[in-house]
Amino acid sequence: MSTITVDTRLPSASARPGERMRRIARRRRYVMNVGAAILCAILIVWTLTPIYNIVMVSLQPHGDVFSDEIWPSNPTLEGFWVVITQGYWYLEYFWHQFGNSLYVGAAVTLLTLAIGSLASFSITRMRIRNGWVVSNAALLTYVIPQSFLAIPFYRIMQSYGLANNLWSVIAAMVTFATPYAIFIFSQYGRGIPLELDESARIDGASPIQIYFKIYLPLMAPALVAIGTYALLLAWNEYLYQFLLLSDKHSMTVPVALAQFLNSDEAPWNLMMATAIVYAILPITIYYVVRRRMTAGLTMGGVKG
Amino acid sequence: MASVSVLDIGRTTTRRQSLWRSLRGELKGSEYTWALAFCVPYLGVFLAFVVYPALYGLWLGSEPSLYSELFSDPIYQSTVVNTLLFIGIGVNLKMFIALLLSGFFMRPGWWVKVMLMIFILPWAVPALPSFISIHWMLNGEWGLLNNLLYAMFHIDGPSWLNERWTALGAVIVSHIWKWTPFWTVILLAGRMAIPTEINDAALVDGATGMRKFIFVSFPLLANLYLICTLLSTIFTLGDFNEVYFITGGGPANLTHVLATLGVRNAFDLAQPRLGVAAVMSALPLMIPLVIVLMRKLKTSEVQL
Repeated sequence: MSTITVDTRLPSASARPGERMRRIARRRRYVMNVGAAILCAILIVWTLTPIYNIVMVSLQPHGDVFSDEIWPSNPTLEGFWVVITQGYWYLEYFWHQFGNSLYVGAAVTLLTLAIGSLASFSITRMRIRNGWVVSNAALLTYVIPQSFLAIPFYRIMQSYGLANNLWSVIAAMVTFATPYAIFIFSQYGRGIPLELDESARIDGASPIQIYFKIYLPLMAPALVAIGTYALLLAWNEYLYQFLLLSDKHSMTVPVALAQFLNSDEAPWNLMMATAIVYAILPITIYYVVRRRMTAGLTMGGVKG
Repeated sequence: MASVSVLDIGRTTTRRQSLWRSLRGELKGSEYTWALAFCVPYLGVFLAFVVYPALYGLWLGSEPSLYSELFSDPIYQSTVVNTLLFIGIGVNLKMFIALLLSGFFMRPGWWVKVMLMIFILPWAVPALPSFISIHWMLNGEWGLLNNLLYAMFHIDGPSWLNERWTALGAVIVSHIWKWTPFWTVILLAGRMAIPTEINDAALVDGATGMRKFIFVSFPLLANLYLICTLLSTIFTLGDFNEVYFITGGGPANLTHVLATLGVRNAFDLAQPRLGVAAVMSALPLMIPLVIVLMRKLKTSEVQL
């Protein structure tokens, strides 16, 4: 049987093994591509469903939230309008609270950068004796879960009279952001030749001049990465802000957002609209600074 | 002389450093003061906001009678089971999925990059809005998930959050949803750091697909994978937001994890000592993890 087929296709016989291999490879590539497409579809649905839910609920009028629709039948921006004009009693001080969040974020970013870069400069550039003590302290803080220190931290802040004070939150956030900063700065600083410091020293520069004129400018990429990290950490954190800030005037946005859950008949559309307004800033920063962020992450360590 | 060289076998690095130092000169006088002054802000933060609360916490939770009270509490017992399940299943499943997906995102093509941008969205969105959204999505009567199930298959879904195991499952799945993107990006960076020569050599030797993954990629990634898993275990142990916002510890306090139980005991029940004790009972698991992790992070040459 087979001889007949061979005979009839004799002219192409020499090309055949290659042809067959190519066909197998093509089919294989086809199967791989289909598999990849299916995986993509699953990933998209998986990733976007909870986010779609936020957007959908925020666009529903209040009456439609408690219905079985899976697509907003009469979408409206009313919820956002209420949030922007502070037209609901949980949102009375929304912009003030937004300002609080910004204030905390800015303070945490600046302090983390200052404290972290000073410490790492001292350890890695000036090579202070026993600098390993500082880096070990930082590493230890990095691997302690934040929430485990919350209860004693709260009581200490109470006894200092710092309850409902934004600085108590700033202190907590700086505490948890600096270890990672020191870790990354030390790693990044290794790539900057020490000879630069040496020559400046010989020319009579003081340590503080070296820090400002040589170290900080050369560390700029790492500073951006860590600054973003600290800002997002402070912006997204909930537990400490919830424990330490309970007054309407000192609250930050996440605490105000979670407050909606206290009432039985939560206005879910307003809550989701608030959530979107709150989330826009971090998402924008993520996508703008993403490359530098991942550069920072691949340089040194990891933190969510 | 011989004995000196024998002693020096394991010490080449320290010796080289001291030689280094003698060439460059020790920090002298004012420079040493500056170096010390640069470390002081961080040491201050560390002592005031890490050491002090930690010691205070240890003191608060130092009464043995607290632990007999705690261990006999059925809520605590279910909490321990939940915590172990959450970490055991949640972390490992998440890391394994991240490992596989990081391989997928290595594929060339612009659409893979677009997919990655979409895929990191759960990581970019702040935790609070997403978890509140998931909480609402899983509502038995009005949630999106059951509405979808009804619209597509005409099934009445269960009230996911009113039963212990589905509620705990929801928490674990949400954890995977939120954190897989982050670890995928880290592992992706790890894969990209593998020199292309190694991949080419493996290809020349005929290793493809599964075999290449098992014998080439994974051994090179193993250390990074281990560090990531350990870090993630510790972060997850202290994770408060997931359980608090998705199930609120309910139904009937059956889905607490240690982090939320501590806060509940301390603030809802106004028994801070019992809360600290709940958190402290995680120490036997945490201390070995912290020690291994600190060693790994310090010595590891892997670029995270």
